[in-house]
Amino acid sequence: MTTRQLSEPGSDMTPALAIQDGPPVLETRGLGKQFRSVDALQDVNVSLRAGEVTCVVGDNGAGKSVFIKMLCGLIRPSAGQILLDGTATEFTSPRQARAQGIVAVYQDLALAPLMSLWRNFFMGAEPVRGWGIFQRFDVQYAKQAMQSELEKLGVDLGDPDRAAHTLSGGERQGLAIARALYYGARVLILDEPTSALGVRQSGAVLRLIRRVAQRGTAVVLVTPKPQHAFWVGDRFLVFQRGRLIEDRRSETLTLESLSYLMAGGGEVDELETVIANL
Amino acid sequence: MSLLQMPAFGKQRPWVRTTVLRPELGSLVAAALLFIFFSIASSGAMVEIPTIARVLDTAWPYGIIAVAVGLLMISGEFDLSAGVMVGTAGALLGIMATEWGMNIWLALVLSLGVCLGLGLWNGVLVVWTGLPSFVVTLGTFFGLRGANVALSKYFTGDALIENIDEAAGYDALHAIVASVFGTAPSDFRVSLLWWGAFILIATWILWRTKIGNWIFATGGDREAARAVGVPVNGTKIGLFMLTAGAAWFVGVSNAVRYTSVQAGQGVGAEFFYIIAAVVGGCRMAGGYGSAIGPAIGALIWGIAFVGIPHAGWNSDWRWAFLGVLLLVATLINHIVGERVRTSRSG
Repeated sequence: MTTRQLSEPGSDMTPALAIQDGPPVLETRGLGKQFRSVDALQDVNVSLRAGEVTCVVGDNGAGKSVFIKMLCGLIRPSAGQILLDGTATEFTSPRQARAQGIVAVYQDLALAPLMSLWRNFFMGAEPVRGWGIFQRFDVQYAKQAMQSELEKLGVDLGDPDRAAHTLSGGERQGLAIARALYYGARVLILDEPTSALGVRQSGAVLRLIRRVAQRGTAVVLVTPKPQHAFWVGDRFLVFQRGRLIEDRRSETLTLESLSYLMAGGGEVDELETVIANL
Repeated sequence: MSLLQMPAFGKQRPWVRTTVLRPELGSLVAAALLFIFFSIASSGAMVEIPTIARVLDTAWPYGIIAVAVGLLMISGEFDLSAGVMVGTAGALLGIMATEWGMNIWLALVLSLGVCLGLGLWNGVLVVWTGLPSFVVTLGTFFGLRGANVALSKYFTGDALIENIDEAAGYDALHAIVASVFGTAPSDFRVSLLWWGAFILIATWILWRTKIGNWIFATGGDREAARAVGVPVNGTKIGLFMLTAGAAWFVGVSNAVRYTSVQAGQGVGAEFFYIIAAVVGGCRMAGGYGSAIGPAIGALIWGIAFVGIPHAGWNSDWRWAFLGVLLLVATLINHIVGERVRTSRSG
C-alpha cells in the first residue's frame, strides 16, 4: 500500500498545516446548477483555504467543470451562494472574479504564439509610464517584473524576448500560473494542467503547484490522473452524478482508495458485477 | 529543491529559433538585392538622384497606406476598400473646394470626417457581423467605386474634377502636403517626410504603447486577448479608421498636387497595400509584423516599377514581377505560419 508520505521526496511537499486552520478564502453553500430542469450540480458545500491544494475529481459528467466554472464566474449558479472571505458574492463574469482574486488557468492557455513572453505576460494589463500621447508601454519594467515573478516561483523560461510558441507545455503552464499570481490570484483554479504533459514536465508543474500553495494561495486542481492528484493534493472533493459525495483530507486516503473514488466509486462495482454476469 | 533544476524549465534553445525575429528582415534584404540588381542591369542609371527620386515618388502613396494596412493585418483583418477610398477622399475634397466653393481647409476636415466614418463603418460591420473583413470591405469597395464616379458626375457633370488650385487656402495646403525640395528632375516631395513620420509613429505605437500590444494580441489569439481584457473590437475598429485616414491623406495629397482628381482612381491599389504588407513580413493570419516592413514592401514596388524600364525591359513585366513577389512572400509567410502551428502542440 502506497502512503502519501512515501511519495514525498522534497520539502516542497510539506503541507502548510498552520494556515489550514485559518478562515476559508472561498466557501460555497448549497451551490447548485440546473440546465433546462436537469440538475448538473446539487447542494455543494465546501470551503477552500489559503495554502491548500484542493483536488476536484470525478468521472466525466460528474459536475467538476460546472463547479469550477461557477467558482470563476463563467457560469452563474441557480441555487446557493458563493462566499468570499465570509461575504456572499456574485460573479457575473470571469473578469469580475479575477478582479477579486479568483483566477482560472485553462488547459487551452491564453497565449498569443508569436508574441514575446513579456508581451504575453502583460497582455491586457500593460504597465505604462508618461502621460497623454507620450504614454508608453514600460518595457524595461515589464521584463523585470515578469522575471522577478518567475524567479519567485523558481521558473526559468530563459530569454524574455522568446516567442510564446517556443515554450514547452510545462513552460506555458509556468508562465500562465506566474501571470495569475502576479495579478493577485488568491484562489487559483487549474483545469487539467498536466493532461497534455509528459512525466517530467508534469512533475515540474506539480512542484510548481505545491510552491504556489505554500506561498499562501488556495489552489483548486482538476485532474483525471489519480497519481498527480495524490501527489499534490491536501484535500479531495469527489463528485459523482452532480453531487459532492466525498470531501476527504489526504491523510485519510491511499492512492488505491483515491483511484477507486476517482474512477466512479460505487459505479465501478456495479459495472464489474454487470460485466461479470455477461 | 528548486524548480530551476527541473529539466522541463529553463532549457535553452538556439537563439534564432526562440527570439522573435525582426519581421521586416527579409524585405530589407530583398530591397537591397533588388536595388543592386537593377543598378547593374541599368548600367548605373538606378543610382542617379533623379531615378531615386522617382523610386520614392512611386513608393510613398502605396507606402503610407501599406503601413496602416500592415497594422490592420497584424490585428488579423484586411481592408479591400483602402484603394478606392483614395479616390473618395480626393473627389470629396475636389467637389467641395470647386463646385461648392468651400475653403480647402474646411473641405479637408470634412473629407477626413467622411473617410473616418467609412472606416468606422467597415470596422463596426466586421465586429458586429463576425463576417470576414475580406467580404465586408469588398462590399465597401464596390459601393465606393460606384459612388465615387456617380457623385462626381452628379455634382460636376464629369468624372474628372479640375481646378482645385483655385480654391481658397490652396497655397498653404500645397506647401504642407505637396511642395517640393530640390529641383527637377532631382525633386523630392514633402510627402516623403510625411511618410517617414507616419512610419515612425506607427512603429512607436506598435512597439512601445499598450495599443501596440493590443494589436499583436488581437491578431495573435483573439479569444485569449479578449479573456484577459484586451478591447479586441475597439482595436480593430480603430485600425479600420486608421487605414481610412491613411487613404484620405494620400487622396487629398494627390488632389492638391495634381490640382485635379480622377474619380475612378485608386481602384486596384488595394492589392498593392496588401502585397506590400505581406512582403514586409506581416503575417496574413495576424499576430506578427512591423510598421516599417510594409513601407519597405512599397519601396520594393517602387524599385521594380522604375527599375524595369531602366533595365530596358518592357514595363508590362512589372505586373509579372508583382505576381512573383506576392507568391514568394506568401510562401515565406506560410512557412512561418506552419512553424508556429506545429510548435504549438508541443
